[in-house]
Amino acid sequence: MIFLRHVLTVANKDLRSEFRTKEAINSSFSFALVILLLFSFAFDPTEEMTREFSGGLLWIAFAFAGALLLNRSFVRELPNDCLDALIASPVPAAALFLGKSLANLILLLLVEAVSFPVFGVFYNQRWTQQFWPLLLVAILGTWGFTVVGTMFSALTVNIRLREVMLPLLVYTTLLPCLMASMQLTTLLLAGEPLTSVEGLVWLRFLIAFDVIFSTLAVAFVETVLIG
Amino acid sequence: MTAVDVAGVWKYYGDFPALRDISLAAEAHTCLALLGRNGAGKTTLLRIVAGFQRAGRGQVRLFGRDPRDLATRRRIGVLGHGIAVYDELSALENLILFGQLYELEDPRRAAEEWLERTGLSRVRHGLVREFSRGMRQRLAIARVFLHHPDLLLLDEPFTALDDRAVAVLQRVLQDGLARGCTIVMSTHQIREAMELATHVVLLDRGRLRHAGARPPEMLADPGWLYSRYPDA
Repeated sequence: MIFLRHVLTVANKDLRSEFRTKEAINSSFSFALVILLLFSFAFDPTEEMTREFSGGLLWIAFAFAGALLLNRSFVRELPNDCLDALIASPVPAAALFLGKSLANLILLLLVEAVSFPVFGVFYNQRWTQQFWPLLLVAILGTWGFTVVGTMFSALTVNIRLREVMLPLLVYTTLLPCLMASMQLTTLLLAGEPLTSVEGLVWLRFLIAFDVIFSTLAVAFVETVLIG
Repeated sequence: MTAVDVAGVWKYYGDFPALRDISLAAEAHTCLALLGRNGAGKTTLLRIVAGFQRAGRGQVRLFGRDPRDLATRRRIGVLGHGIAVYDELSALENLILFGQLYELEDPRRAAEEWLERTGLSRVRHGLVREFSRGMRQRLAIARVFLHHPDLLLLDEPFTALDDRAVAVLQRVLQDGLARGCTIVMSTHQIREAMELATHVVLLDRGRLRHAGARPPEMLADPGWLYSRYPDA
């Protein structure tokens, strides 16, 4: 119970800080929208074409926009040496990590919540037809992304070239998660049910990725933060 | 009871030995002043004692336990070089946040009480980024003392403080000592520190040169210890 309270306290602090400054969320929103709009104008895809690459397009937009959010996650703690105060407090490193991951998840889901309607309008897709399965895939895919991203954000927080290092590390590790999310999103937007044979295979794959990387991150975050 | 027990601690940054076989102890209810020139290893030692870094070799125990134990962390307050409060939050929000992290029974009441003690009540809802340097420093002091720690680890606490913040810090440190708190502080402001210190430790290029009760001569002559070790 105390652990959960710590997770929520850290997440609440991060969200409050972010909504006060809107530094990361504004740039992330803008970046996702620009990718979606540019792609639409550049290729002017037909409805048929869109159905084939929709998952890829959406998750590339989310992944690039998400990197901007994740980069700020631990960098936010650098001014005034706030990270030291968090490490000194009696909060388990795992709670600190999960709190930050939860805040990142909520922020990235907000970006996605705006991106989906824009995608629907500009690519003429009725994405709401499979709203709940799509939401499930979005949450699972985004959780995998935020867990890996938050972990590498902690790892690279004191590195000078962290803006370069973070995407390099995150995207490489994240390939399986992105692949599964892209495949599932494409399937759902094509009107296939999540319970199709292919859908279930990718769904299990995505859940396995989330479980494995969440466990690894929670197990190693103390080592990452303290050394 | 020994509050801080440092036994044979070494720390390397690459090939450079920042700390070389440091052993010292601070009994409970005492105030230990860590002295030494820049680069002597004071901050590194304090960071290892606070559990921010691990020693390369050797062991640190606080109240007989590992510094990274949650129970130990509840008992320590750390004031480093940074003020460690969030610019985007108000003074009250910052203290409530740390009150919640330290699992205080009533974080809001504790926050209000410390804002009052540090003279920040009137600006409790002001964002820290709008505060003057002195106000930020007083808020940092409030954050450190909020949970009534048994052990205070202070890294150059008097550096760059304005008169009012020095007075606030001196007062709360004296109150802390009176209620049985243990203080370990690194400092270059020897005159201010000697008013509180019961013991002094001199570090020199990562080595321990002197450890013991504060010599009475240091009250009148803060540079007395350095004069005994001219090469330190």
